[in-house]
Amino acid sequence: MELSRDEEKALDGDNGEALATAYRILVAIGEATGAQKLVPTKWAHISGVNYNTIGDEGMRFLEKFSHAAKFAIRATINPMGYDRSKPEDISHNFQQRQENIARSYERMGATPSFTCTPYEVFEIPQKGTVVSFAESNAAVFSNSILGIMTNKESALSAMSSAVTGKTPLSDLRLEETRKPKIAVEPDFDFMTELDYGLLGYFAGREVKDSCVALSRVKKLDTIQAKALCGAIGTSGSCGMFTFGGKAKEKITFGKKEAQSVRDELSSANDGDIITLGSPQLGMNELKLLANITESRKFTRRCIIFCSRAIYNNSLKIGLAGKIEKSGAELKCDSCICLTPYITKDRFDAVITNSIKGAYYLSKSNKLKVVLKDIKTIAEEYMK
Amino acid sequence: MIISNCRKIVGGIGEGEMLVTTQPINFLAMVDAKKGTISDPLHELYGKSLKGSILILPYAIGSSVGAYVIYSLKEYGNAPSAVVCSNADITTASGCALANIPVLNLPHVSVISQLEHGRKARVNADVGTITVEPWQ
Repeated sequence: MELSRDEEKALDGDNGEALATAYRILVAIGEATGAQKLVPTKWAHISGVNYNTIGDEGMRFLEKFSHAAKFAIRATINPMGYDRSKPEDISHNFQQRQENIARSYERMGATPSFTCTPYEVFEIPQKGTVVSFAESNAAVFSNSILGIMTNKESALSAMSSAVTGKTPLSDLRLEETRKPKIAVEPDFDFMTELDYGLLGYFAGREVKDSCVALSRVKKLDTIQAKALCGAIGTSGSCGMFTFGGKAKEKITFGKKEAQSVRDELSSANDGDIITLGSPQLGMNELKLLANITESRKFTRRCIIFCSRAIYNNSLKIGLAGKIEKSGAELKCDSCICLTPYITKDRFDAVITNSIKGAYYLSKSNKLKVVLKDIKTIAEEYMK
Repeated sequence: MIISNCRKIVGGIGEGEMLVTTQPINFLAMVDAKKGTISDPLHELYGKSLKGSILILPYAIGSSVGAYVIYSLKEYGNAPSAVVCSNADITTASGCALANIPVLNLPHVSVISQLEHGRKARVNADVGTITVEPWQ
């Protein structure tokens, strides 16, 4: 990769150690993705905020880094571990460390968004705009649904772009990579959002390319789109899908394939807690929930995650209150993945409609998981 | 055996026993940085230690936070000495760049399939070579 003279100087440390580190990371990802050069990027969405994911080492790195670095472009951040306004269930130790991380990001100039769905909270730039999104569901959603261009960034590469305002011109920022070579084609009719999640997980796992075509998948509603994007980002390295499109090769996604994903992620028949919100729920999903929970109560504890911004909006129009009447708890700033609200010592098995949630609940939190779609959850666990 | 013409992703030199997998790794979900081991029972390297190894994998998958797990491995003294990917990715490259772990890209699966688990190797990412014992 060719660097400009100014970039070379920054890499050599002329502008300080933090910028040199950021450029070293950008050069490495540029080499990995075969980039020729760096280009300006407009917006970085940064992951690596939850203490449970980056740990003490990440926390210490960020504290040091944040005293030497400032974000040069709009920078938004992923969920942290818990709801800042409801810290009651969370240990003092966790809160302290989590706040330390949040302060580091804010010190550098991040908007304290604590959301994994920036595309539902912030104004979306024009199609074709280059952005740098870590958080895999947001990267897939942005490329596939919004037509803005990002690679599937890492926590560190997105932060390096936030600091430098630059990112490699490569991979999904090139039109040729955005044309899929392989199509995944469902051979049965989808009934629920869970089917889209199963398809996404399967497609991400089977297709090694950055972009995959999904045949017979037409216009999606928000719930289906988010289920699909979250799942694709979880199982593989794919950062984009297209609705149909020409592809040389075809892989069939039949009921057998759907069942194989279910078997991998769903390990129990019943659970003692319901959780929704990976990706965090948006207004459309909260409206749907308000409808299906009306005049009924959950028979299990139910925790629902959304961003603070969406929560505040839903509060204004009375949506949050309606949902809370069903006994569900709405939590902000955090999400299903690796939250200390849902741990093995508190629960045995978790009921969810989220493929991404199921993956991290079972692999990272070592909990059993029951996968069901939202309507089935309401039918079976409400009265 | 010397394999040359590998592409440098992160420079540096590392030596250790080869730990070879054809399955991608989700560093956040499958690696215990404090223990330095693969913690997912479904992964073929389950229970294996990454410490001091030459980790040979196709690429990282899933979470963007995996880069921090690679950095944490280094800070806990459990990092691989070097990493070789067949399709180097952003998570591996960025995590290793911060942690100063050499990374090479070696896209030839036929060459990778000759690399034996447990045998010692030396990676020189600055010149793009992997030397496998017996040394010559």
